[in-house]
Amino acid sequence: MNVDIAALAKLARIELSPEETGALQAEFPALLEFVETISKADISGVEESKALRNVMRDDAREHESGLYTEALLSQAPRREGDRVAVKQVVSRKK
Amino acid sequence: MDLSTLTIASARRALDAKEFSALDLTNAYLDAIEKKDGEIHAYLEVWADSAREEAARADELIAAGRAQALTGIPLAIKDNILIKGRIASSASKILERYVASYDATVIERLKSQGAVFLGRTNMDEFAMGSSTENSAFGPTKNPHDLSRVPGGSSGGSAAAVAANLALAALGSDTGGSVRQPASHCGLVGLKPTYGGVSRFGLMPMGSSLDVIGPLAKTIEDAGILYSAIAGSDANDSTSYPAGFYQKRPLKKVIGIPRAFMENGIEPAVRERFDAAIALLTAKGYTIEDIAMPNLSYALPVYYIICPAEISTNLARYDGIRYGLSVDAAEIGEVYTKSRGQGLGPESRRRSILGTFVLSAGYADAYYRRARAVRELIRADFARAFETVDAIALPTSPNPAFKIGEKASDPLAMYAEDVFSVTANLAGTPAISIPAGTVAADGVALPVGFQLIAPHGNEETLFAIGKDVEAA
Repeated sequence: MNVDIAALAKLARIELSPEETGALQAEFPALLEFVETISKADISGVEESKALRNVMRDDAREHESGLYTEALLSQAPRREGDRVAVKQVVSRKK
Repeated sequence: MDLSTLTIASARRALDAKEFSALDLTNAYLDAIEKKDGEIHAYLEVWADSAREEAARADELIAAGRAQALTGIPLAIKDNILIKGRIASSASKILERYVASYDATVIERLKSQGAVFLGRTNMDEFAMGSSTENSAFGPTKNPHDLSRVPGGSSGGSAAAVAANLALAALGSDTGGSVRQPASHCGLVGLKPTYGGVSRFGLMPMGSSLDVIGPLAKTIEDAGILYSAIAGSDANDSTSYPAGFYQKRPLKKVIGIPRAFMENGIEPAVRERFDAAIALLTAKGYTIEDIAMPNLSYALPVYYIICPAEISTNLARYDGIRYGLSVDAAEIGEVYTKSRGQGLGPESRRRSILGTFVLSAGYADAYYRRARAVRELIRADFARAFETVDAIALPTSPNPAFKIGEKASDPLAMYAEDVFSVTANLAGTPAISIPAGTVAADGVALPVGFQLIAPHGNEETLFAIGKDVEAA
């Protein structure tokens, strides 16, 4: 099976060089052929594992506001005061 | 003191008997790292100053008669486990300067015992790989043969313990990343039951598969480290409480899925496996052939589910809240450029594969089908454990390979995990125990013997494992 690596890279939000796009394009059919062997398994009557259950915590205030703000924001590449700063989301150019 | 024969258990006795101090012990390891890690490259960073401070505090605890199992024991920590105030990079450029803002639960538990942290160890980036060659900061060498890989992804942790640059180490196991490097480096590696050890503060790779586990020289040491980190945690909703799984009495019956082992194992590795089985037979174990027809799907199922979870989990590394951020005019370009430049080749490959298997139009044939086949694999295990205590398999189909040998062939690298991914898919505990060596180019390379037990039955692995280890 052939896939469009450039389109997938766009969905995954990863910039790829043309060389890497080409290399992955050439490599993916063998990878997919390998994982496609699961199509031979008989999955009729399979039910999702009963082991799964919901684990909830109380919807309570865990700690006072601002306790971890500085520790977390200290790692932000761009900040304005107590907020993470980001570049513009919509451009007029397009 | 002789670091090559020292274990956690023997160091504990010596520390408590005041034969040497925790500071002496830590200094001995720091000296060994200084002398040997230049050629092995097990560590990405060594914390000599804080390690000495931790050792000095451990000596105070010992003097006060308040020592616990790991007080003053020098450990190495895989670089995807957070320690507050320390860089945790997952061996990735995108987190090269990321400083952890909190302690992982396992670290909190080790700190409460007064353990000593020597440094953070090299790994395949974000734990994707079986050789530690996918590190953004250069490969780690196998201490048994410097031209070979130590295995991966916890290769730095394994090499550190095998080269006597740490007494024991923590790794993480998503598809074999503790057991396979343990096998290639001649150590004991434990993958606990899924949910048996909190993942809070472990950088996620495949969240339905990941678990933190110990690498150590003996089963006893692995058990000591496992006991220290195990147990439920309110910060990880997948961690299970004590008594959640039933403990099973030992019947001394071991199952071998022989049909699954027919292909792809190197004959010398097969010989070591058969020798371990013969040993267990001599010790009164009954060996049964068991049918586990869906195990042949384990590796392809893993390489659908794991990339799917990777593509989701690695979405957080986007250049906005932390880590590498490449400047661009618009936020979309910040994402694509930061991820393109910050994530390594295997992280990019698996993110794209994961995006494909989850994409509309393909998710039914790939991701959802893989989840259904995973249930068949779980059912195979459940059926087998009705009659056997544990299932035996080789840890890896071959001993450590040459650096570069499989680097350009992802499918050959993925095949390293064929016997180990099974336990991650089922969520069962599994252990790799040294089972002798095989000769390659005149060098003796270690080979591991793997045992898989029912959920929550790590004790079964330790009990049977000790009968293999004693040989």
